[in-house]
Amino acid sequence: MAKGITKEQLLDWYRQIVLIREFEDKCDHLYQEKKITGVYLHLYSGHEATGVGAIANLEPRDHVITAYRDHGTAIARGVDPNQIMAEMMGKRTGVSGGKGGSMHLASRAHNFWGGYAIVGGHLPLAAGIALEAQYNETGAVVLSFIGDGATNNGYFHESVNLSGAWKLPVVWLIENNFVAMGTRVEDSTAQTELHKRAIGYGIKDMGRVNGQDVVEVYETVQEAVAYARENGPVLIESLTYRYKGHGVSDKTYSERFGEELREYKENRDPITLLANRLNKQYKNIQPELDKLQADAVRIVEESVTFALNSPDPTYEDLIANIYVEE
Amino acid sequence: MAVKNIPMREALRQALREEMLRDGRVFVMGQEVGEWQGTHRVTMGLLEEFGKKRVRDTPISEMAIAGSAVGAAMAGLRPVAELMTINFAFLALDAIANHAAKIHYMFNGQFTVPVVFRAASGWGNQATATHSHTPEPIFAHFNGLYVGCPSTPADAKGMLKASIRSNNPVLFTESIALYAKPGPVSDDEDLILPIGKADIKREGKHVTLATYARGVEWSLAAAKELEKEGIECEVVDMRWLRPLDTETLFESFKKTNRCVVVEESLPMYSFGSEIAAQLQENMFDYMDAPIKRVHSMDVPFPYAREIELMALPNAQKVIDAVKEIL
Repeated sequence: MAKGITKEQLLDWYRQIVLIREFEDKCDHLYQEKKITGVYLHLYSGHEATGVGAIANLEPRDHVITAYRDHGTAIARGVDPNQIMAEMMGKRTGVSGGKGGSMHLASRAHNFWGGYAIVGGHLPLAAGIALEAQYNETGAVVLSFIGDGATNNGYFHESVNLSGAWKLPVVWLIENNFVAMGTRVEDSTAQTELHKRAIGYGIKDMGRVNGQDVVEVYETVQEAVAYARENGPVLIESLTYRYKGHGVSDKTYSERFGEELREYKENRDPITLLANRLNKQYKNIQPELDKLQADAVRIVEESVTFALNSPDPTYEDLIANIYVEE
Repeated sequence: MAVKNIPMREALRQALREEMLRDGRVFVMGQEVGEWQGTHRVTMGLLEEFGKKRVRDTPISEMAIAGSAVGAAMAGLRPVAELMTINFAFLALDAIANHAAKIHYMFNGQFTVPVVFRAASGWGNQATATHSHTPEPIFAHFNGLYVGCPSTPADAKGMLKASIRSNNPVLFTESIALYAKPGPVSDDEDLILPIGKADIKREGKHVTLATYARGVEWSLAAAKELEKEGIECEVVDMRWLRPLDTETLFESFKKTNRCVVVEESLPMYSFGSEIAAQLQENMFDYMDAPIKRVHSMDVPFPYAREIELMALPNAQKVIDAVKEIL
């Protein structure tokens, strides 16, 4: 059982996880209803425990960066769901002013450096942000999420290698959901234990973690963050599962992976696992969990109302921020 | 204040050194910038003076060099990342075009990217097809990025200093053929040449020679010859491909009504194409002759000296082009 983790922490993680699940389900519906019209929409459903458990270890001075499956990560870092939903709908009130969309959520105020849509493109940025922390001796660490697919492109190799050479304070966290867009990990590499890549770069290999169990993720990343702050980069592989297609337009996903998907939803769901843990540990807690679920529904509904009532960007917005004015 | 005759590489070194002394956030990174003293000897002596923290040798990892410089810039440092030669920048194109150039806009101004990418450019040394590119126009295609290409030591110093002080990303190319050529340079540490300002290198009234970088040398040599025949060329050194100083170009063209574009690069989708299009769209009423273009031959760059020189522009080719439209 989790050592030193309070009931309040567990409940807060439950709150975040159900909020992310609810938010993503709503995004899926809004896409089908053509209220979210952007072509790319990658949902975090199934991954929640990894994002929430990892980010829970960070201080405000620390940094988070991720790829395009970024809604859940943004919520876990504390970004306002209203602003995230407004970004989905391309509204002026969106967290990126309606100019970035689903794949490019960022909030400087939260040291949430963004979602990035080019696979692996954010990995050298993570190294650079960590270089600033080292250069200015801020003591901050960078938590960089990495999809399993990104571990096969050059950005991963060059960035992780550089982080080792320069001993940069980065926690490289692979979210291995076993499928890169539509290609299975075993069809992409002969070394399917992705954490072992760390050995080749001479950085700390923190092994595999059950990414569906928020407590296990939290504890492993806690150790990783402490290590990175003192010594330099570490690599963790979190085994998780993608409940939806690569993007919402991926229609055949559940046909292709139906059996495995059912297994995860029934026996390894982040919400169920955490609810079971809480119920086992604390008597009569279910009403509190029900309330958190109801809150999530309300918060997401409010975000939709906020977004629908927000103004569209203007011509002035179209041409603003191409360059910094000097 | 003193003015000394120094080669371009030394002028560039002065710019780096002065800006590093002025601002602790400025640092140099790249392949062989430190121990090797710079492949083109631009960074010579900087490691000894500033140490390893601010003169950072990198692995041969163009994606990570450019990308981590972007991340460090977003986080508040002011990296000058050397890509050794522009040929290698193709490996870093995503970090430059998709990240450096777009992050300020994509996240609605939340981040700035004050990075300078330096690279040597050009051909004529039997370096062959992969090591002889002058692709500045490719980079100038991307809004969000500035592209500077100096033709003299004084310009190199003033333009590089402006680039380092700019809050926008700059791609800065240095003609290999010009590194050793001397010119008068002031030791005024605040001599900054504004970004996007062209320079009339020679005044004339019969034809405008629109050019940049090494093309200035061929243009001035041609102008000197043509003067003997009573033909007065106005040599407009654009200096920046983006922003493009069309104002200075148009003023010159209003006077001469004729233009020959002179560039080291290739003809298709080029600097010459852009200048010709700008003049045709905006200066049609002033146009007395077709726009002529002098450029490298549209062939891969060969090894053999004889045929390599055949393919390069030179002053005689400029003279011939001028005479065709007079």
